[in-house]
Amino acid sequence: MENQEQHIINKGESVIAIKRLYKSFEDLHVLKGIDFNVFKGENVAVLGKSGSGKSVLIKIIVGLLKPDKGEVVVLGKDIDKLEGKELDALRLRIGFSFQSSALYDSMSVYENLAFPLTMNFKHLGKKEVDAAVMEALDAVGLTDKVRQMPSDLSGGQRKRTGIARTLILNPEIMLYDEPTSGLDPVTSSEINELINEVQKRYNTSSVIITHDLTCAKATGNRIAMLIDGKFLKIGTFNEVFDTKDEQVTKFYNYNFIQ
Amino acid sequence: MSILSAKKYVFSKETDQYLVGINQAFRFVVRFFKEVFSRPFHFREVINQCFEVGLKSLPLITVTGFIIGIVFTKQSRPSLESFGASSWLPSLMGVALVKALGPLVTALICAGKVGSSIGAELGSMKVTEQIDAMEVSAINPFKYLVVTRVLATTITIPLLALYCSFVALYGSYVNVHAEEATGIIIFYKNAFSSISFIDIFTSLSKTIVFGFTIGVVGCYKGYNAIQGTRGVGKAANQAVVLAMFLVFLEEIVIVQVANWIRYF
Repeated sequence: MENQEQHIINKGESVIAIKRLYKSFEDLHVLKGIDFNVFKGENVAVLGKSGSGKSVLIKIIVGLLKPDKGEVVVLGKDIDKLEGKELDALRLRIGFSFQSSALYDSMSVYENLAFPLTMNFKHLGKKEVDAAVMEALDAVGLTDKVRQMPSDLSGGQRKRTGIARTLILNPEIMLYDEPTSGLDPVTSSEINELINEVQKRYNTSSVIITHDLTCAKATGNRIAMLIDGKFLKIGTFNEVFDTKDEQVTKFYNYNFIQ
Repeated sequence: MSILSAKKYVFSKETDQYLVGINQAFRFVVRFFKEVFSRPFHFREVINQCFEVGLKSLPLITVTGFIIGIVFTKQSRPSLESFGASSWLPSLMGVALVKALGPLVTALICAGKVGSSIGAELGSMKVTEQIDAMEVSAINPFKYLVVTRVLATTITIPLLALYCSFVALYGSYVNVHAEEATGIIIFYKNAFSSISFIDIFTSLSKTIVFGFTIGVVGCYKGYNAIQGTRGVGKAANQAVVLAMFLVFLEEIVIVQVANWIRYF
């Protein structure tokens, strides 16, 4: 926690502000009073072991899970207090890329992208929807896959399509859940580049949940190390890993030896 | 209760889970009635689902209904003949098929075919985070997936039951015609002579309730599926078993209520 406060200072507008957040599932205490901030235009990579509560954190940020205690303010709104149309309006400003991509498997790539657009903006004509779909696919380099079904795509292409589906709504915040899990190193590196390109092209602020140090280093302006339900360290890559703390060094050594 | 204190159960873990399950199911049904009357309305998706439920079940309903008509007539003939009452066969078939067998058989077929399909589809969407993906895209998944499917089963299953009764009667006619050379118009006229308006009304009400039940149970089990692919199988299986059980239960209750109305 020592670096957290100094990073909050002079970072500009906070798009995600979390205070004293607790979350448990029955007897399993996943998040134990964490404080966390994401500032406008930055990428924060949240690192931690499997089961450390990283995915729970971003599911709370987007309102898929309710916190037990604490405050989660996203784009100036306390998400826990929002319901119905207000919650939907906020969600339209947040993009969520799922670990499993979560593509609608009964729909083609085109339909996957057009679906959130047509459901939320019914006044849009076919030409406008087509243009938006092609623009989002262009951003992820998949314009040639527009008529394919998700089952015909590779793991990397599925991840890209999932990201394109969120980009079509022009989000201000991007939340990536394990964007490189299950991918080979080359494809992982392409996804890392894509995350950085999205930040530049769409001017998004992002939270990247990962246990992959390469991904965290390549994409994160700041790294937040989540261990045992609390942030052990938050800072730049060097600040976080320039330490003799055994929990951090173990994580670093394991990743890079691997 | 403090979030750090140990979880306490009111009765036992199993009893508490069972009661929580009933509460969840009740809230699921209440939510359906809240959502069904609120905007936006997904008419196109309801029509798609009606097609999925209705048109794709037609071949199975046709074959089953026709066979039931033939077999039931064949089985009933000797008993009626022993009393010299074989001319009552069309009336008996009318009462049996329109009032009881048509709706029940259709509901059981749909519980198996449609209920399991809805349970598996929504279960699969749930465990692969597709439902969460809809939610984070500001699309109400309950409205888009559950309301449309429940409406489709509630609209389509009564129509299928009506169709099944007519096909079963035709099967019965084929058998009667083979034995007695009765004309089709006379057969249908005799078949409907013993059926009153309240019988038709009861049959229709029954099938609406069956359709609603099959849709709600399939959606509830699928929408709340857990534990990955194993959960999908479990959801599909439970959707069929629970829907069939409830259909039988509702059949008994509705018949009792209809008889009560008839007498008073």
